[in-house]
Amino acid sequence: MKRTPTETAASTRKISRRALFLGGSQVAFMGVLGLRMRYMQVEQADEFRLLAEENRIRDFLLPPARGLIYDRNGALLAENEQTFRVVIRKEDAAELDAVLMKLEELIGITPEDQARVRKELKDAGPSAPVIIADRLSWEDFSLVSANGPALPGVTPEVGLSRYYPLHEDFAHLVGYVGPVSSYDISKMETVDPIYTIPKFQLGKFGVEAKLEDVLKGKAGLRRVEQNAYSRIIRELDRKEGESGANIQLTVDHKVQNFIHARLGGESAAAVVIDVETGDIIAAASTPAFDPNLFVRGISSAAYSALLENDHRPLPAKSVQGSYPPGSTFKMVTALAALNSGAVTPEETVRCPGYVEVGGRRFHCWKRAGHGNLNLVGSLRHSCDVYYYEMAQRTGIDKIAEMGRKLGLGQEYDLPLSGINSGLMPDKQWKLAKRGAEWVVGDSLNAAIGQGFVLATPLQLAVMTARIATNREIVPRIVKSIDGVEQPVQGGAPLELNENMLRAVRQGMYEVLNSNRGTAFASRIADETMRMAGKTGTSQVRSTVVNNKEVPWEQRDHALFVAFAPYDKPRYAVSVVVEHGGGGSSVAAPIARDVMLFSLYGAVPPLSAYPSSQQNTIRERFRTLPLIGTEAEQVERSQA
Amino acid sequence: MSYLESNLKTIPTGISKVLYLNWALVLLLSAVASVGFLMLYSNAGGSFQPWAEPQMKRFALGMVAMFMIAMVPIWFWRNIAGVAYIASFILLIFVEFFGHVGMGAQRWIDLGFMKLQPSELMKIALVMLLAAYYDWLPLEKVSRPLWVAIPVILILVPTFLVLKQPDLGTSILLIAGGAIVMFAAGVSWWYFGAVVAIFAGLISAVFMSRGTSWQLLKDYQFRRIDTFLDPSTDPLGAGYHITQAKIALGSGGWTGRGFMQGTQSRLNFLPEKHTDFIFTTLAEEFGFIGGFSLLALYAGIIVFCLISAMNNKDRFGALVTIGIAATFFFFFAVNMSMVMGLMPVVGVPLPLVSYGGSAMLVLLAAFGIVQSAHIHRPRGKR
Repeated sequence: MKRTPTETAASTRKISRRALFLGGSQVAFMGVLGLRMRYMQVEQADEFRLLAEENRIRDFLLPPARGLIYDRNGALLAENEQTFRVVIRKEDAAELDAVLMKLEELIGITPEDQARVRKELKDAGPSAPVIIADRLSWEDFSLVSANGPALPGVTPEVGLSRYYPLHEDFAHLVGYVGPVSSYDISKMETVDPIYTIPKFQLGKFGVEAKLEDVLKGKAGLRRVEQNAYSRIIRELDRKEGESGANIQLTVDHKVQNFIHARLGGESAAAVVIDVETGDIIAAASTPAFDPNLFVRGISSAAYSALLENDHRPLPAKSVQGSYPPGSTFKMVTALAALNSGAVTPEETVRCPGYVEVGGRRFHCWKRAGHGNLNLVGSLRHSCDVYYYEMAQRTGIDKIAEMGRKLGLGQEYDLPLSGINSGLMPDKQWKLAKRGAEWVVGDSLNAAIGQGFVLATPLQLAVMTARIATNREIVPRIVKSIDGVEQPVQGGAPLELNENMLRAVRQGMYEVLNSNRGTAFASRIADETMRMAGKTGTSQVRSTVVNNKEVPWEQRDHALFVAFAPYDKPRYAVSVVVEHGGGGSSVAAPIARDVMLFSLYGAVPPLSAYPSSQQNTIRERFRTLPLIGTEAEQVERSQA
Repeated sequence: MSYLESNLKTIPTGISKVLYLNWALVLLLSAVASVGFLMLYSNAGGSFQPWAEPQMKRFALGMVAMFMIAMVPIWFWRNIAGVAYIASFILLIFVEFFGHVGMGAQRWIDLGFMKLQPSELMKIALVMLLAAYYDWLPLEKVSRPLWVAIPVILILVPTFLVLKQPDLGTSILLIAGGAIVMFAAGVSWWYFGAVVAIFAGLISAVFMSRGTSWQLLKDYQFRRIDTFLDPSTDPLGAGYHITQAKIALGSGGWTGRGFMQGTQSRLNFLPEKHTDFIFTTLAEEFGFIGGFSLLALYAGIIVFCLISAMNNKDRFGALVTIGIAATFFFFFAVNMSMVMGLMPVVGVPLPLVSYGGSAMLVLLAAFGIVQSAHIHRPRGKR
């Protein structure tokens, strides 16, 4: 378009004016941008700098090594083993198919595991580790590590995990750990940050649970720089944690192991305590379970099998189970009667086989009756009628008082799970709990350890220890923490009349060592280790029938308590075999074996047994699956 | 004999044209591009690969193109403006049907050696055509409604096609660039006032259309607006870009963390750190001083272009220079506003700095036209 010079000048003027306006606006807007930049980079710089640091710096807690648990002789009951696992993260899983195929070839991961990995990866965050295979053997782990280049994205990891080398022997005492759950955390008052470590192992049962704070240790800290995909670029700082304190228990793993083997498949419990210190040498409950299963995460099938087992492997019967003590309670009644002056040791009571009280007949276990018996005789024969008489003379409140003095109905302060305090009833208890008056029949039942009376195997052992020493023995299970010896509790004199006690002990001696005693067959032949004890057979139903003819769960409980050596007591033992039948035939032989093993610290020599029984005993010991024996190896391999 | 033709003799010819180039502009463009190389080198963790080296090659190619275009007399470019517009338009239609799918939007034509983005071409062709139009149009008709309607249609038709791709950023640049040429050509203020009013109405219509059957924007575009208004609503999703960009920019401080020391970019917290968000790397590593320097370089380019335009008595040359400068301005103004959180994320690169072939080549070619206008401007008798 051709224009006149005037037109061109007008055009140029207009363009110049508008260009100036545009230039001005544009520079002004750039000024706004500059100011905004200044505002963000100068005024708000600190705030953004902080956000940038939060972006890149991340702290990881380092799990400390859990404190170890030893027995009294330094044998390991709970240790930490290295675990090897391989994990993969979503952001690295580009070649998942090839990786899984290679792993299947190398370490044989199953198609189920592969499917699980695929599923978990789908749901996982980009940098959350998904475990491909856990608890690999060292060989498999080395294979994976060596083949790293062929396995892009796969990270081999080494961690620590709890391991119980004695398997089921200490399942109930030491207990077990498991990965911390949100439920565990919800129960805590203050949550140690250590529990935010994924899969951190927390004590769930037994000493592991009760002494969690001692064992867990202090978490370390690892500060890393990471990129936007949470990939760790470098480590900025590292502070190692503190291992948990080691704990030494009072138990002897060999005795515990012997008891487990000796109790076999019975639903039973046995406790051995040191009568001087109250140290729990062993507290076994059978059948047990392998605590390592719980550490690894037990399958629901295996868990429900444990739950449904009628022999109840899960609870610690030695402290959790409370049983009618039966005739083992007769020492309490005897001491209460003697102490209150209701009877003298020499006084005889005639047993016609029953007594009639309040129009009801109370039978002696021997329907024909025992005739005239003094205190020692009543214990030796375990005559019920004698104690029916004592109950009427003494009254329940004094019996209960004596029971409590001897440790029954008491809750001991031990770091064990589910400790039961049993029950030592009296008039006030019945009024409060049952809303009924105490009747004399209740006293008669209580006097022979039936009715309302309940005791745990541990309480029965404590009772026996107190009778043996006339001192207030208190059980303890923790010998030392972090090398610091824990004080022995109790031990104060009970201040029972020594003559009366001597009579009771004499009765217990004759139970085993008089040829008319109820447990004569279970006597110890070794003169230096003579045992005194008392049988008990507690009824779980009201009518007396032959035990062989009723189903297992209706049979009587077999009990036995004992201390030895008679002249200088060292250990007290209690044995309860649920639905085992008779105390003398079932519980007493076990108690003798346990006692001898404790005294000798090893499988006892046959000379400790009466010569007539030695062949049977030899045969019995030969097949026991004790630690280190061939039978144990076989049993473990089958399990 | 027209004014223009009477002065032709004073216009440099032959190889001497090189002396008459706007060398200040060449220097500024090279400085801006060098900032880009530096940041691409840093973003690659101290390596010329994979970004800095290809970018340098493209820049060299672009500079050659710029010089060649500058040597061609400006009236040639005026004469082919219509052809350029139609060609770009056909290519836009073409991508609509055969475009290569990249980033969920059909924007490319694969030429084998590079991917051509017709919308980039269209930005320049539109400015050229409008400048030529107003060069042709008698001055007294400039503000008449019919003669205003024609350029408006010329702007809106390609804008509509680009918006359909969908490329909101380029659509904004097209409208803004075209409007600036119209404004510079002298179209009455009233039209622009009216457009602003209509635009305000349109924005409210867009928001009202949300969730209805005649929804005017895609869902992701709405989400971008949402997260712009409140990035914290979606800190790991769409708001992530804005949040991380602001953190990088803000944490730079006065002098920055130092070359290649930016944690946000080095640790990949920054999205698109080599393309749309490259400014944040600069701001993080060189702080306010670095960011402001780049802004000053850009301002220099704009100012030199406008001075050149104001001294150019050739109407086409002046208008095309203003239009290209404005397009360039909107490029970086939108990009910087976006990374500073003043605007929603619309996907506009930082001109000459962001990694990318066709944008750089087209921009340098456009500056070739600016240079041509500068060299071939009519000069007074000496």
